[in-house]
Amino acid sequence: MTRQAPSFGRVDQIMVEERAATFTKRSIKAESKLEGLRLVFSMLDLTTLEGRDTPGKVMTLCHKAMHPAPERYGVGPVAAVCVYPNLVRPAKAFLRGSTVHVAAVATYFPSGQSSLKTKLEDTKVALEAGADEIDMVIDRAAFLRGEYGKVHDEIAAVKQLCGAVHLKVILETGELVTYDNVRAASMLAMQAGGDFIKTSTGKVSPAATLPVTLVMLDAIREFFFATGIRIGMKPAGGIRTAKQALQYLVMVNETLGDDWLTPEMFRLGASTLANDILLQIAKCIDGRYQSGDYFSLP
Amino acid sequence: MSKSPNKKTKSFTTGVATLAAPAHAAPVPVRDRTLRFNGRWNYSPAPEAHTDIKVRPRYDLFIDGKFVRPSSGKYFPSINPATEKQLAEIAQGNAADVDKAVKAARRAYEKTWGQMPGRERGKYLYRIARLLQEKIRDLAVLESLDGGKTIRESRNVDLPLVAAHFFYHAGWADKLDYAFPGRRPRPLGVAGQIIPWNFPLLMAAWKLAPALACGNTCVLKPAETTSITAMHLAEIFAEAGLPDGVVNIVSGFGDAGAALVNHPDIDKLAFTGSTEVGKLIARSVAGTRKKLTLELGGKAANIICEDAPIDQAIEGIIQGIYFNQGHVCCAGSRLFVQESVVEPVIRRLRNRLSVLRVGDPLDKNTDIGAINSREQLDRIEEMVASGKKEGAELFQPSCKLPARGYYYAPSFFTGVTDSHRIAQEEIFGPVLSVMTFRTPEEALERANNTPYGLSAGIWTDKGSKVFQLATQLRAGVVWAETYNKFDPASPFGGYKESGFGREGGKQGLLAYLKFE
Repeated sequence: MTRQAPSFGRVDQIMVEERAATFTKRSIKAESKLEGLRLVFSMLDLTTLEGRDTPGKVMTLCHKAMHPAPERYGVGPVAAVCVYPNLVRPAKAFLRGSTVHVAAVATYFPSGQSSLKTKLEDTKVALEAGADEIDMVIDRAAFLRGEYGKVHDEIAAVKQLCGAVHLKVILETGELVTYDNVRAASMLAMQAGGDFIKTSTGKVSPAATLPVTLVMLDAIREFFFATGIRIGMKPAGGIRTAKQALQYLVMVNETLGDDWLTPEMFRLGASTLANDILLQIAKCIDGRYQSGDYFSLP
Repeated sequence: MSKSPNKKTKSFTTGVATLAAPAHAAPVPVRDRTLRFNGRWNYSPAPEAHTDIKVRPRYDLFIDGKFVRPSSGKYFPSINPATEKQLAEIAQGNAADVDKAVKAARRAYEKTWGQMPGRERGKYLYRIARLLQEKIRDLAVLESLDGGKTIRESRNVDLPLVAAHFFYHAGWADKLDYAFPGRRPRPLGVAGQIIPWNFPLLMAAWKLAPALACGNTCVLKPAETTSITAMHLAEIFAEAGLPDGVVNIVSGFGDAGAALVNHPDIDKLAFTGSTEVGKLIARSVAGTRKKLTLELGGKAANIICEDAPIDQAIEGIIQGIYFNQGHVCCAGSRLFVQESVVEPVIRRLRNRLSVLRVGDPLDKNTDIGAINSREQLDRIEEMVASGKKEGAELFQPSCKLPARGYYYAPSFFTGVTDSHRIAQEEIFGPVLSVMTFRTPEEALERANNTPYGLSAGIWTDKGSKVFQLATQLRAGVVWAETYNKFDPASPFGGYKESGFGREGGKQGLLAYLKFE
């Protein structure tokens, strides 16, 4: 299968920010709100990426992923949990029999400042432990030096190792800074074999923003028109409220449309977001807000 | 590895539905590479609450600081174009009413306003601006009810600009002596002002704010389909304590407008509207002492070069032609696309049109509201029919229009040439004519090949090309990498049959001043 994307193309900063802002102006009410919240919940990658993560913490997260709220709220499990390679095995064990995937960050996450050999080794650890999805980081240093070939080849090498396992490529847009860079990196990542492109590690600020996500969605559309391959999108980091999450959903709805409104094609990486969505769903159903204490911590 | 070999087709259940869309399937064949917008997730209605905002059953004339009955005793209905229902009755002013208004304006000019120091005039204008700002939501709802424009635009664009125009010109009132060094600016006297229906309050502000700042008094005639908000503006003037007669508003039909144009005691006429009427006014005014400014029609070229950021240029096209249902004199109605990028531009444009939401102007999610009147809808339909007849290909998204009300789906024509009527005449609706070009020189030549010259747009990533084209486009406003951006500090006006004179900025003051 050849993947031939057109040239990177350019982005106009002012217009892209203006357009992104229009998605925050949609008024999502009543039925559409509840439906949107449930959909967005099913797209969550519930994430814990800390040095102090233990199997115990991961167990809490996995259970929350499978049973997020009382049944009457009609909220299904999230799409995946996202953990470090070390914790893939316990996560897989906790999630056995469920639909929740285990995603592992790899390739010397979050900096990517190591040799390709180490990155592949890191990925292999996660794969051997049974990860369903790999979230890799690109080599931003190489990208910013213009070594696009190196960036491309590393992604291609990781994808080769992954085989059928889903590969998400983290661009770390907060370090790429310009929208032109974000677009170029998106194109590289898709050309090199990524199944998903993802904004951020969550370790750098700013993480996901609406305009950055819009630039990436535009790149995905261009890649789809050129190659016929649908690439998924995952904004991650900085999305804390249900309101923000719905703005991202509106954006996908009005740019790529129906085929991307699924957990297979769109994910949100977050940790605190889940409970805010649940709180809003409960409000839609019960007609009043509840204390956060009624919702278990992830 | 614990991966199941058939992962590609594995489905999993979510809270909403069972989804099985393998992300990594074989590439979609070229003919199926389309995006679908069939409403997998739809937005529920989100109407702006408006029961607290009262439309009065009847609106009188505003003359000499008072609301008065028209001397004819006649009223005509004002229709809500979104529902075709009557909103209110509007006083039908005639020549006698215009005469009363001009006399009141003359008295006010001689006794109060014309004598008042600039800084005092400025205080009134600031007060008006603040009152406008406080009432933005109410006025926006009225504007949408009366004219059919979306609440999204009336609240976020029209009304903030209305207030901004008063703030901006309030600032000029006491600085006129410094604006034109070495010259002594003086007001002209009584200004007659006739405004269109596409931006009722904004056009009133464009006319009134500079005239008042410069020390003139005014007689304003709003368009017959959109008079309601002008009368609410009159209430704000009264609330601000503006001296009687400084602003007079006479609603009515063309005969009232003609009476204003021909009134002997008018010093200045300002008109925004069609080129046809503009020419009539120019003829009537010829040979009199009346100063004249005209802001007329347009058929603007929006030029997309091959090196443009395409996805953002699409947004510029949308803003250019579908803003305010295309009822914009500076609308980018002729799209010139460089041949090498025609296919991606058209494809994206189709997708983009598919997500524009047409319907109830008071729904906060509506992108395209109602066409202002039955008459205008007929005009649009007639022009589209001529485009089809002349062989151009029409694209319209499959959107459901409300059963009642005047609506038109956003549309564009491909296969258009310069000699098509739809490429030459102003449609004043959400209809775009797409043409192609090969070199920037060609685009420039064809962009200028029109009797109009109000505005133009340029899309390219090359700064040098922007400057090269902008200096040669014969249009009053040239936008680069954006479209339909307005600011009170930026002068607006046309070349050729788009009129003369500028509104806004320091240049706009010249229309209301003379020099001693």
